[in-house]
Amino acid sequence: MSSRILNWFKFSSPATFYPLAGRIGVWSMVIAVVLIVVGLYMSFFVAPTDYKQGEGYRIIYVHVPAAWMSMFIYLVMAFWSVLGIIYNTRLSAMMTSALAPTGAMFAFLSLWTGAFWGKPMWGTWWVWDARLTSALILFFLYLGYIALQGAIDDTRRSDRAGALLVLVGVVNIPIIYFSVKWWNTLHQGATIKMSGEASMDPVMLWTMLIMTFGFWAYAIATAMSRVRSIILERERETTWVSELPEVRG
Amino acid sequence: MFEVYRAILMRDLTLALRRRSDVFITLFFFVVVVSLFPLGIGPEMDTLRMIAPGVVWVAALLSSMLALERLFTVDFDDGALEQMLLAPQPMFILVLGKVTAHWLITGIPLVLMSPLMGLQYDLSGNALLVLLVSLLLGTPALSLIGAIGAALTLGLRGGGVLVSLLVLPLSIPVLIFGAGAVEASVSGLGEQGHLYMMGAILVLALLFAPLATLAALRISAE
Repeated sequence: MSSRILNWFKFSSPATFYPLAGRIGVWSMVIAVVLIVVGLYMSFFVAPTDYKQGEGYRIIYVHVPAAWMSMFIYLVMAFWSVLGIIYNTRLSAMMTSALAPTGAMFAFLSLWTGAFWGKPMWGTWWVWDARLTSALILFFLYLGYIALQGAIDDTRRSDRAGALLVLVGVVNIPIIYFSVKWWNTLHQGATIKMSGEASMDPVMLWTMLIMTFGFWAYAIATAMSRVRSIILERERETTWVSELPEVRG
Repeated sequence: MFEVYRAILMRDLTLALRRRSDVFITLFFFVVVVSLFPLGIGPEMDTLRMIAPGVVWVAALLSSMLALERLFTVDFDDGALEQMLLAPQPMFILVLGKVTAHWLITGIPLVLMSPLMGLQYDLSGNALLVLLVSLLLGTPALSLIGAIGAALTLGLRGGGVLVSLLVLPLSIPVLIFGAGAVEASVSGLGEQGHLYMMGAILVLALLFAPLATLAALRISAE
């Protein structure tokens, strides 16, 4: 049992994690490509047409998984930040900053596809719905994190400052969400609400799940490839990096 | 402990009074921004009355962002901040004292000026009072939340813009309830609910924001 615990900590060192990240990255990319191709095929050709929304609804197979991933990735970043603060491991901060661009991309994708969905369904690109507004704020939080990381040159400081910012954001997200929700209901701005599709066709559900796992694998793959770049950049002075075949060759 | 608080408060207030232009810049910015909106939107009083709470609150938010950069910079540059971090007294109290001083210098003038700004927008007497109270509860929360951002961006190039990017999303709840209180009072819904929420946010910020600021200061001054 104790050896297994030791094994986990072994990979907290960049030198041992680097090859592992490469393997995970390649496999996740393969899984992502397969799942997204299957998911897109299903969402365009297999899933039945919605009786109310017609063909236009099909964008939700990109929209909903992207929105889920944008929220989930922020939580994962918070998890790595906590680990980084508690154990003071360099790799945790590298993971946080490797995840941020992917999270921001998904947040933007969910806003973008949401606008495409809203135009035919609601007749407008944007409404100040509680969910839309909080998604926008989440996107701003990602941008703030990336901007802070970019502004600090000292990596140790940027790691810890970023971790703190992510944690402050995570504590604030529920407060922001509920205040936006309350603000929205008081204003009565958007009369159309996104009610959850309680009765969903099983094919639709499966398509959505396949797309979600595809996006998940994609997020892992990009994060792994980005973390490998970050490791190489930060550890460029060390012997183990200079001995890597791809660096030497 | 209270002595430390008072000492740091008096010190920062004295320093601010020696350089009075800083105080006036923030206040002037607030007044100019609020006065610019009618020029952009048009002089129809009905529209202006409707947007008044939001405009005053957004202007207050922006001017408090503007002032944040100076919160720790001077002490950081001359090394006083490092001495404070090394001091045996709890840094929590020191941070709280600095933020209080900052609020008294930049927040209170805005609060006092806001009824005048409300008059420009033809708000009723009761709405002006609610605006005053909501700003009185909200601006210290803004200073407290902003202090986290100010501490994180200490000594960075382009720190001022960065602070806004970090802090503005986090201060959205304050804006919502602050402007909402005035709107609710104007539309006859009653402003108590919003003001209670602002009080809750202020208490939470008072408890947790200095801790986060302190952690950020330790990271930045390392």
